Amino acid sequence: MTEDIAPTKRQTRSLHPLPVGGLKRRSGVVITNEKPWPRAAIWGLQVAIFLAAVAGWEAGAQNGLIDPFFWSSPSRIATAFVIVFNEGTVLYDTWFTFSATVAGFVLGSLLGAVVGLSLWWSINAAAVVRPYIVVFNAVPKIALGPLIILIFGIGIASKIALAIAFTSVITALAAYAGVLAVDDDLVKLTLSLGGRRRDVFFKVVLPSCLPWIASSLHINIGMALAGAIAGEFISSQYGLGKIIMYAGATYDMALIWVGIIILALLATGLYAIVSWGEHKLMKGQVAKTI
Amino acid sequence: MTVDAQTAPSLATPKLRLDALSHEFRSRNAAPVLAISNISLEVKRGSFVSLIGQSGCGKSTLFNILAGLLTPSSGRVVLDGADITGRAGLVSYMLQKDLLLPWRTVLDNVIYGLEIQGMDRREARDVAEPLMDRYGLGKFKKHYPSSLSGGMRQRAALLRTLLCNNDVILLDEPFAALDAQTRFRMQEWLLTLWRDFDRTVLFVTHDVDEAVFLSDEICVLSPRPGRIADRFDVPLARPRNREVVTSPEFVSIKQRCLNLLFATEAPSAREGAAA
Repeated sequence: MTEDIAPTKRQTRSLHPLPVGGLKRRSGVVITNEKPWPRAAIWGLQVAIFLAAVAGWEAGAQNGLIDPFFWSSPSRIATAFVIVFNEGTVLYDTWFTFSATVAGFVLGSLLGAVVGLSLWWSINAAAVVRPYIVVFNAVPKIALGPLIILIFGIGIASKIALAIAFTSVITALAAYAGVLAVDDDLVKLTLSLGGRRRDVFFKVVLPSCLPWIASSLHINIGMALAGAIAGEFISSQYGLGKIIMYAGATYDMALIWVGIIILALLATGLYAIVSWGEHKLMKGQVAKTI
Repeated sequence: MTVDAQTAPSLATPKLRLDALSHEFRSRNAAPVLAISNISLEVKRGSFVSLIGQSGCGKSTLFNILAGLLTPSSGRVVLDGADITGRAGLVSYMLQKDLLLPWRTVLDNVIYGLEIQGMDRREARDVAEPLMDRYGLGKFKKHYPSSLSGGMRQRAALLRTLLCNNDVILLDEPFAALDAQTRFRMQEWLLTLWRDFDRTVLFVTHDVDEAVFLSDEICVLSPRPGRIADRFDVPLARPRNREVVTSPEFVSIKQRCLNLLFATEAPSAREGAAA
């Protein structure tokens, strides 16, 4: 009888899916959340880090911990800035790089959007074109640099062309991903209301692809800048890329830093403008990325 | 409704006639599937007809055919005496999802049908605004759909469907995703709109109560292939209020529907195949 009432240890185990006896009794987990700091504290810290880095760099260069020949120093960079602005063509160089970047960005993104969206019109055309896009996407565009310089010359046209090469595929792929993600039921709705393919394209496909295209833009602004600079590296009379290349060839480290700093400011400014524009394009929709 | 005597179809002709509709889906690597078989139905002008049936009875296929999105393997769709088989844009179709365009305000969503049919956007807004005020959407004109509740979104979608210049509207389980209270309010709201707009409605639902409450006539479909198992009138007086659902007449009609639905249930549960 007793055997029936009190099951053996083995039987108990088979009744429980988990080895309850083997687990330690747990006391539960207290979840801790990091509290956000006040905004002023974040900004203050950011400025402090920057100043500390600059001061440390300068001090290191002064007492020989850092070799200023290779690394330059904040004071040398500041001097170079003054010289470049007073005597050099740096404003024109910045303008050159800026216009090549913006032109390449706009044209490349537009071209990519047109190509990507046009694939909606025919699934067969899309199937034919897709491998070309994939291959062009896979090729490192910088490899096209010498070719493009030879074709378009050493002026701004070749920089714009490179920026287009860098940007267009990205938008094309994003737009095509958007095309594939269009809600079939929205298409069905439009058709059932008596809409034609043109209506479907302009009233459904285009607006629903906008977030996809928009999400490619902030990648593209960096890409367009990279394309323009790459073109200037290879061969150019003007541009921030040309300044950096020239400074490197003459071991003018301070001038390299001047180029990099202007480039960073330019890139940040452009990025901010594009982010604002993206936000405008979203209009009631959520960001989409590939 | 004043119509020229010459063009006026006689009252005897049904608004919509389904003439022996059959449709078979063929695919390269599977056996052809007969989705609907020999469905014939006459829908009277201004009537409210519900189709009920379990999943797989071809309701979606049938509606796609009626909306002109799909050409049937055989049979005809006749609207006001004219063959409209395979022609879209003549019958309004509302799907289960509200399908509001997220980048348009609610007002611009409501006028979407009118716009597609070629009306100027500003003119269409002038038509839609008073209707939105009247049917409880006035507050949301400038909102984007994402900020609306499910019920409000369905109202907007329904108003869009009704605003199109089509006399016949197809509603494919429009309230299936709503909670019970909202659904009930929507049913009453739909009946108000149906009366005001004088439309002919074909309504698909899984919900027997909903079908009985709303309809003049109910068609019970049997599955695989979808065909009409039975059809009968709902002799409940209009306007109907919520009390009607507990009346003996209501219950007996409901019983009849349930019997038919369960009688036609396939013995082997082949749920989940193409609806």
